[in-house]
Amino acid sequence: MLDKRIEKSPVPLTKDDFASDQMVKWCPGCGGHAILAAVSNVFPRIGYKKENFTIVSGIGCSSRFPYYVHTFGFHGIHGRAAAIASGVKIANPDQSVWIATGDGDSMAIGGNHFIHIIRRNIDVNILLFNNQIYGLTKGQYSPTTPMGQVTKTSPQGTIEHPFITAGLVMGAQGTFFARVPDNNVKLMTEVLYEAAKHDGTSVVEILENCIIFNDKAFSSVTSREKREENQLILRQGEPMIYGKDNDMGIILKGTSLYAVKIGIGGITEKDILVHDQFNPDPGIHRMLGRMMGPDYPVAMGVIRSAKASTYDDLVEDQIEIAKRNSSIKCVDDLLNSGDTWEI
Amino acid sequence: MTKQKNIVELEDVVVKFVGDSGDGMQLTGTLFSDTAALAGNDLATFPDFPAEIRAPQNTVAGVSGFQVHLGQRKIFTSGDMCDVLVVMNPASLKANLKWVKPGATIIADESAFDEKGIEKAGYKTNPLEDGSLDSYHLIKAPISLLTKESLTDLEIDKKLAEKTKNMFVLGMMYFLFQRNLDNSLDFILKKFSNKPEVVKANQVALKAGYNYADTVEAIASTIKVGPAPMEKGRYRNITGNVATAWGLLAAAEKSGRPLFLGSYPITPATEILMELARHKSLGAKVFQAEDEIAGICSAIGASFTGSLGVTTTSGPGLSLKSEALGLAVITELPLVIVNVQRAGPSTGMPTKSEQSDLLQALFGRNGEAPMIIIAASSPASCFHYAYMASKFSMEHMTPVLLLTDGHMGFGSELFKIPKVADLPEINPPIAKANDHDYKPYRRDPVTLARKWALPGTEGLRHRIGGLEKTNIDGNVSTDPLNHELMVNIREDKVMRVANYIPEQEIMGEETGDLLVVGWGGTEGMLKSAVGHMQRAGKKISLAQFNYIMPLPLNTAEVLSGFKKIVVCELNKGQFVKYLRMMHPEFKYLQYNKVQGLPFHVKELTDVFTKIMEEK
Ligand SMILES: Cc1ncc(C[n+]2csc(CCOP(=O)(O)OP(=O)(O)O)c2C)c(N)n1
Ligand code: SF4
Ligand SMILES: [Mg+2]
Repeated sequence: MLDKRIEKSPVPLTKDDFASDQMVKWCPGCGGHAILAAVSNVFPRIGYKKENFTIVSGIGCSSRFPYYVHTFGFHGIHGRAAAIASGVKIANPDQSVWIATGDGDSMAIGGNHFIHIIRRNIDVNILLFNNQIYGLTKGQYSPTTPMGQVTKTSPQGTIEHPFITAGLVMGAQGTFFARVPDNNVKLMTEVLYEAAKHDGTSVVEILENCIIFNDKAFSSVTSREKREENQLILRQGEPMIYGKDNDMGIILKGTSLYAVKIGIGGITEKDILVHDQFNPDPGIHRMLGRMMGPDYPVAMGVIRSAKASTYDDLVEDQIEIAKRNSSIKCVDDLLNSGDTWEI
Repeated sequence: MTKQKNIVELEDVVVKFVGDSGDGMQLTGTLFSDTAALAGNDLATFPDFPAEIRAPQNTVAGVSGFQVHLGQRKIFTSGDMCDVLVVMNPASLKANLKWVKPGATIIADESAFDEKGIEKAGYKTNPLEDGSLDSYHLIKAPISLLTKESLTDLEIDKKLAEKTKNMFVLGMMYFLFQRNLDNSLDFILKKFSNKPEVVKANQVALKAGYNYADTVEAIASTIKVGPAPMEKGRYRNITGNVATAWGLLAAAEKSGRPLFLGSYPITPATEILMELARHKSLGAKVFQAEDEIAGICSAIGASFTGSLGVTTTSGPGLSLKSEALGLAVITELPLVIVNVQRAGPSTGMPTKSEQSDLLQALFGRNGEAPMIIIAASSPASCFHYAYMASKFSMEHMTPVLLLTDGHMGFGSELFKIPKVADLPEINPPIAKANDHDYKPYRRDPVTLARKWALPGTEGLRHRIGGLEKTNIDGNVSTDPLNHELMVNIREDKVMRVANYIPEQEIMGEETGDLLVVGWGGTEGMLKSAVGHMQRAGKKISLAQFNYIMPLPLNTAEVLSGFKKIVVCELNKGQFVKYLRMMHPEFKYLQYNKVQGLPFHVKELTDVFTKIMEEK
């Protein structure tokens, strides 16, 4: 549900209400432009007053984002967006708080803040621009760069096991995880709306093309020719079916998922798993999040959206209870509490 | 009938209670101090905990102590050498004898000086018997034994009886100081209200100790410390860390800006975090972050959105916060950073105090990143300086770093309770809704503070951040001249705070042979030492600095009135370096100590005397 505490706009808003007067300085063809388009679509649709959005970022190409949307914005320091945004949301729960961050920003230097904001389930929305590279510093490998990839700091190929973002988020007890390709603005807009509705930390991983330093990193999944075959777009309550001819599906056998062709080996549509993003048990969500080629399609859309209390709500509750029960109502009460005497 | 005892009247007395960690010395010392305060004494206290949580029993490593300095005059410090030492076991005697004045009174629990205890403490022979304490006034009493005897009628288990020996010795001390027992009896009643047998045992032991001291011949005289001349008002005892927390709460209430604390536990600063966590009823939001970086960054986020953002830490944590300090400087947001200094570098000596983070506070950031630096000088003063740090930070829209130290944080003194209505006003420059003139870096022409535009306010949407911005408009800019302008403005803004801080005071005459200069937590010892020499007719004065960056406007004037200047610090000479830089026209001598210990009055008077005698 959209947050009842956040005041709604009395008038319908449009894209233009959030248009910034700043020149967008991303490279032409950068995936960032699509993300900006999706956010510009979704903010007016969410319908909160335009003064009730705050965007916080770290450092990186992706973190330039706050300058390009006309809201309250804070461009922080490398890796710390989640920590800054935690303070914003806890101090001011009446704001809809969005974080724009990169794969390096959130999973290398800011890894600690990233897992802890997720664990606490603070009600913010994280736009994770995953281009599997350090863009701003011109092409060093990141924690999500595939093993073996040659980059400027791995001339012989990387020798590190990359993070799978979904695995990290769910390992940190994430309550909301979605994945979208940067070339499907329609899906991205839908998913961002879902993220806004979720109570708690929503992580939206956007597979973002860095045309300059890591071009076509995701083309085997996102290109026009490959996407139907290699993407499974999840929808709540619908069977996990994909493929050009809608004849591929995901089944659960034993404790593993398998990609199968309907009609072969006696498999019928009834055998195909039905997506339940609200399942509190993350088991299937984890497996969906980890799927990748060549044997599996990559899962897109909202993979997980589970209910749990949020840190910011509980803070308000505790304050209310303390205000009701404590005899200390103001600082004068505090100063004069306990053992005091007159001279 | 007991014999009439002599009365010895003293100006001030330093008392220390020492025993094994489990002997309840903290409580005993606290009750003794509270009773002294009620009797009108001025006082200051300092707890001395073992570094380990559970050190082996009856070893020197496990000794826990509580020192209180009380007087019928103004008390500046928790004292250095003690006049009365209460020891509950051999290890505590071993660990503390070096802090006892010659001829001092030592009250020892004889029952604990058995073979095993003596050996564990590392003594070869029993120090109570071998004559090694002949130069002291030794009062041996089988305290554990007597306590158990006094409780035989109560039919309580042995363990509980053993535990009340601290009350027995407290009773003895109350006799020695001719104190009223009521306050402590009352405390016991409240504290153990749901355990009547514990109340009874403790109360009986306390009275038994008092009566025993009355009858025993070894106590031939009692000590009288009369009421100190104190300003009229309501008082309480307060530690520096609690005073810091309360000063922040007071500033939040006065300014109307909610308090947000983002912190990560670290000795000796943790008590501020714990104290504020208890006061949600005042609306304080306390966030125990995953590390110090998240602590400060969350506080900056909270400030951006309209709270008084605060982060509290000690040296190693301040190091982690450095990058974010710069972010607060360039975004020109209010932020109070409290650094409760401890002995470094690295983990150093966490439970020991030092003043060695001053240069880090002044200069420990990348880029030109000036910051207001304030230092508190005693436990109770932490309230005032935490309040003023918050006021300056909000009114001038720039971070303020408040330096206290472990000694001040854990130590306590009497605090005259202020009324919030009497505290100075705090008026943050909050931008008004739909202010058409609003620009992120448009400034007040006098203070140079920009406006605080709170998210949620109509017509004020804007973006700020760590990238350099154009003055007024706040657009990202790498323009060379704009950068230089902004660097200069940020510095000028901090320097102009000098117009709002009080003039530097001098204790003593404005001219003379020697000016002693100190800053922060050394105030008590320096005041005591300088006062001592002043009373002996020496032309010596003291300037103790609380406002470090910027320095008070009359600093040069203060420094110019003396033949010699000596800067005393618990570090290798950091403030003196800064003074040499800011006021190179003066010649500075320096006296430094880096042992994790405070100055002692005697060492200071010796140093000052020597300096004054030298040609
Ligand atoms: C403390 C610190 N260390 C290093 C940097 C340099 N730096 C800036 S952005 C960046 C990596 C950015 O990569 P990512 O977060 O993936 O963002 P992208 O540019 O790819 O969007 C690095 C290493 C910095 N600004 N601050
Ligand atoms: S370098 Fe890459 S990530 Fe950065 S703006 Fe250009 S295309 Fe986008
Ligand atoms: Mg990247």
